[in-house]
Amino acid sequence: MTIDNQTTNLVDQTSTGDPFIFMFTIFVLAVFIGFYVVWSVTPALHSPLMSVTNAVSSVIIVGALIAAGPADLNFSKIMGFIAVVLASINIFGGFIVTNRMLAMFKKKPKKSGTNK
Amino acid sequence: MSETVTGFAYLAAAICFIMALRGLSSPDSARTGIVLGVLGMVIAILTTVFEPTIVSFDLIVIGIIVGGAIGTIVALKIKMTALPELVAAFHSLVGLAAVFVAIAAFFAPEAYGIGVLGNIEGASLIEMSLGAAIGAITFSGSLIAFGKLQGTLGGSPLVFSGQHALNAVLSIILVASIIWLVQTNYELAFWIIIGISIVLGFLIILPIGGADMPVVVSMLNSYSGWAACGIGFTLSNTALIVTGALVGSSGAILSYIMCKGMNRSIFNVLLGGFGGEVDGPTAVAGGGIDKAIKSGSGEDAAFIMKNASKVIIVPGYGMAVAQAQHALREMCDLLKGAGVEVAYAIHPVAGRMPGHMNVLLAEANVPYEEVFELEEINTEFSTADVAFVIGANDVTNPAAKTDPSSAIYGMPILEVENAGTVLFIKRSMASGYAGVDNELFFRDNTMMLFADAKAMTESIVQALD
Repeated sequence: MTIDNQTTNLVDQTSTGDPFIFMFTIFVLAVFIGFYVVWSVTPALHSPLMSVTNAVSSVIIVGALIAAGPADLNFSKIMGFIAVVLASINIFGGFIVTNRMLAMFKKKPKKSGTNK
Repeated sequence: MSETVTGFAYLAAAICFIMALRGLSSPDSARTGIVLGVLGMVIAILTTVFEPTIVSFDLIVIGIIVGGAIGTIVALKIKMTALPELVAAFHSLVGLAAVFVAIAAFFAPEAYGIGVLGNIEGASLIEMSLGAAIGAITFSGSLIAFGKLQGTLGGSPLVFSGQHALNAVLSIILVASIIWLVQTNYELAFWIIIGISIVLGFLIILPIGGADMPVVVSMLNSYSGWAACGIGFTLSNTALIVTGALVGSSGAILSYIMCKGMNRSIFNVLLGGFGGEVDGPTAVAGGGIDKAIKSGSGEDAAFIMKNASKVIIVPGYGMAVAQAQHALREMCDLLKGAGVEVAYAIHPVAGRMPGHMNVLLAEANVPYEEVFELEEINTEFSTADVAFVIGANDVTNPAAKTDPSSAIYGMPILEVENAGTVLFIKRSMASGYAGVDNELFFRDNTMMLFADAKAMTESIVQALD
């Protein structure tokens, strides 16, 4: 076990350096991607943008799953379970409501032909 | 699943989320984007579930089914006019989920590979407490925003003396507790961090008025992203970090756009106390009342618009409150049938969340090709015969351009005064939320239509028929 840990540490250090710097780099680059992607969103779709970002930020469910996954029932597992429920409400609710909004933005047949 | 495969799977999920946001650049590609978003979420969840440490699935399955059912029912039942409240409620759930994940990680650090209980690595503790703190602020702040949007709390800002000092003291205690936690691993410090953050969330949002909610909702959107990021660092999970960063910057950009739409800085909004919701006949604007106003009926408005060749509609929050969008669409259909050119002009801060008006108009089947943003349409008012302002006020007030002493000076406005005739649907002579008189009401080419937005639009529709 100790030998195993040492080897992984060794590999970590040689390949990626400090894992925090590695993650922080990903974080900063993702902020830049977010910046450019969001500026390209048309203002008419800012409401769907908000609800879809809400839905995807529920990917925090992965943290909840890890807590809810172990075999024995303890305090953390219950916390994890509650987090799974909360995040699931968001995932389903967020995507469905976004979809409902976008369905309304479908191209309509030209001019007043829809309503006589 | 090996670590390499897991890593690639999370990368794939992150790319799906980026593409989901990218899809929103046009209404045509948006729905493909949503499919990718769902796909990303499925990949992320399945990848985690296949981790070797996850051996018991009962609570996971129950949790997803229960949560999924609640989410689905709420999302299908909700009325489009209640959208801002719903979004605020969802933000609070993300925040709360982040808090619970942080608690779980604190009490079972082994599962996350960040140490053992009572001896967690310092870096992880910082990340965890930041995630928990931002999550808790998002949670309580969104609850207040929800209450204000729904009307249960009343939209007026709640200001008391010493408020900013109190917030500052609490923030200092918060930072001190994080340092304390990192040095000692004490459980108590962790609970203090969460408790203070919840209180801070309440205190930050309470002083902000109802009409500033577009900024608040965007800001909380951003916070929920940063909270997810904090947790992502704790878990060393790249999908979570990337997604959190995307959401965080998205919310920040929306807040910026909303602030710019009001020509106010984010600090000005956050420090709060700006106006309240002044509506209802009790809040009759003083001073201006002795000036002459021309008021008209639905028939008058119908007559004017039928004889126009171009009408620009300016919707505002009043339209949302009265749910007048369907009647409005009907009115515009009749006008178009009579050969009148119709366009809609949307101010960036119209309504209670970014893009609020666009969604309501889309709900009423208004083709989005007819809906324009401020910069696109502002010059066209001079060629329009009629500007039809329904439930908006401050966003049309010329004082924003001409009167440096006005509270809204410098705010970009829709220049409805350049149109041949301006029709205002308002319930009363009350000023807008900024508490500023609108001189447009007293101009010769303005006609006031005093009524509920929906009732008035319906009576215009009848007159047109």
